[in-house]
Amino acid sequence: MGDRWTVVRYWTLASIILLVTKSLSGDGGVIALFGLVSLQALREFLTLTHTRRADHWALLAAFFVVLPFQYVLIAVEWYGMSSIMIPVYAFLGLPIVSALRRDTTRFMERVAEVQWGLMTCVYCVSYLPALLTLEIDGFAGQGLWLLLFLGLAVQGAEIAHGFAKPFLPKEGHGDDRIAEFAFVTLAGAVIGLLAAGLTPFDLLSAAGFGGAAATLGLAGSLVMEAVRRDRGVEDWRRGAVSDRHATGLLDRIERLVFATPVFFHLVRFWWTV
Amino acid sequence: MMVMGPWREGMSKVAALAVGGALRGFARLVTGVRGRSVGQRSLPGPVIYFANHASHGDFVLIWTVLSPALRGQTRPVAGADYWGEGRLRPWLAANVFNALLIERGKLDRSSDPTAPVLAALDAGQSVIIFPEGTRNQTEMSLLPFKSGLYRLAAARPEIPLVPVWIENIARVMPKGEFLPIPLLCSVTFGPALRLQSGELRPAFLMRAAACVRALSPREAE
Repeated sequence: MGDRWTVVRYWTLASIILLVTKSLSGDGGVIALFGLVSLQALREFLTLTHTRRADHWALLAAFFVVLPFQYVLIAVEWYGMSSIMIPVYAFLGLPIVSALRRDTTRFMERVAEVQWGLMTCVYCVSYLPALLTLEIDGFAGQGLWLLLFLGLAVQGAEIAHGFAKPFLPKEGHGDDRIAEFAFVTLAGAVIGLLAAGLTPFDLLSAAGFGGAAATLGLAGSLVMEAVRRDRGVEDWRRGAVSDRHATGLLDRIERLVFATPVFFHLVRFWWTV
Repeated sequence: MMVMGPWREGMSKVAALAVGGALRGFARLVTGVRGRSVGQRSLPGPVIYFANHASHGDFVLIWTVLSPALRGQTRPVAGADYWGEGRLRPWLAANVFNALLIERGKLDRSSDPTAPVLAALDAGQSVIIFPEGTRNQTEMSLLPFKSGLYRLAAARPEIPLVPVWIENIARVMPKGEFLPIPLLCSVTFGPALRLQSGELRPAFLMRAAACVRALSPREAE
């Protein structure tokens, strides 16, 4: 219970910060704020990796060139570049920087870790403020509500899932995964319906987008959990601290990581002019 | 100059406070460093902190996470060859870190390198030492400990020895690099140990190293 209220409090506070940032400094401020979110998430992620001294310049580039550049691309709304800069240019460029140092020990693993960190913590997270830049007829300048809609669907479904756990099949019993996904998709769709008023969507789209976002949220959390377990930690922050209370920022946003780009593309495909 | 003396001294103190605060703020900003204790939280009287050594940032991190009261009475022990060089480093060592500079490498029997450390302990000050003697550049978690720790423990057996593990600083700021990567660091203080009666030097140094290593999060994996 305590945990669930912490999540509710956390997201309420996050929403207020977002609304205040938006009203004080506009879209630019919101984009910059998510740049900082990416920065913290990326350091939590890369803290748990096995990069070596030879990766120093590649890591510097990831933090101080790739990350800011991605957010600049979001701010100037250059979609064609922001959607490929990391998966094409950063993915090709950073291994080159590492290879120049001639240390080939665990090279493949080191390169993959940095790429996956950038993909999840920078590329995917940058789609959150990118929602503000979508041009929807009659909804200009109100993209922040799409962000809140997404958060509600993903996090609301997570909380509902927590409450429903005692009634769903136990882990490892037959169709537990199917039941889990079915429940979360349904919860997301219902929340989407209820929150349709925040958005320009008709009821059917709102339910569909809410369900899709919640499903991807659950799937993403399974992947991120697998990464954490692989590194022997329960929370992202614990890798560096090994403390009881070590919840990191990445623990909070890991469900949004997978949901956001898909939600963005769904909206972009069906609703933008 | 006689007139300027006290004024300059005052200015130097203010500058030292400002630089110290700025360094701690910078260390926290870049590394998000957190301290934690698995042993007793604070011990009365002087303590010998001994830690793994991978970067010049090491003692800055320990010094950052110590409470202001403890920080004021704790002196890092550092190599005179590095910290005595140039103009900025000696000033930082003397005024900001209140460091004890000792000669390394010169095994000159006339000046015992542990003497100034013992004097500081006798004056009620705690010290931070790095028993590996040099920054660890290897794949091993620790280099073999030098005998200084044993000599201090043998000379002042009543003073608690607190093992400290500094996590990740070598990745933030490897030797030879000048720009830090903002990975997260932590400083873990373990339960204090003492030299046991009749414990020989190699056994004691092995035990002390094991106590430091046991605090590493990677060791727990």
